[in-house]
Amino acid sequence: MSEPEVFSRIRSEIGKNDVLLFMKGTPVFPQCGFSAAVVEVLSDLGVKFQGVNILTDAELRQGIKEFSQWPTIPQLYVKGEFVGGCDIVREMAETGELEQLMKEKGVALAKAA
Amino acid sequence: MPMAAHDIIQLIKAGIPGAEVEIQDLAGDGDHYAATVVSPAFAGKSKIQQHQMVYGALGGRMGGVLHALKLTTMAPKA
Repeated sequence: MSEPEVFSRIRSEIGKNDVLLFMKGTPVFPQCGFSAAVVEVLSDLGVKFQGVNILTDAELRQGIKEFSQWPTIPQLYVKGEFVGGCDIVREMAETGELEQLMKEKGVALAKAA
Repeated sequence: MPMAAHDIIQLIKAGIPGAEVEIQDLAGDGDHYAATVVSPAFAGKSKIQQHQMVYGALGGRMGGVLHALKLTTMAPKA
């Protein structure tokens, strides 16, 4: 059974962006509390990231869940690697693991003043 | 059709060996829960894998009938 077509689209998005957040809404107007929480965590760290609004793309909304074997949105990818959903990203932020991961992956951090 | 807390607990316990489950209905609507799951089966697994084990135990209900489940997972302290 060949893989869904949308996977290649997902791979190219993930490949093009160091930090990519599949979310509901946009970074400026998140339309779900969980997506907003991850946007806030990334902004607090001062990480530049690209948002992908799955609410405007039904094929992507389903495809990303199959791609990552993760049933919910948001989903955070750093340098092509799936980091987690809202709970895991928030937990990592609290323990400092997220900042550590960004540094290890060479992602620039502009700490909010 | 939201889920009942005890159904969630049953599913997780059935799906993950030795799981201890604590659950909290965050909004009182049967749709927004927080759950802490402790199991020796999580030992050596990444957070993503641990959460995927719970989602697997819930048999595809996560993101469907179960809209929000704030998950905390860990292996028991040695």
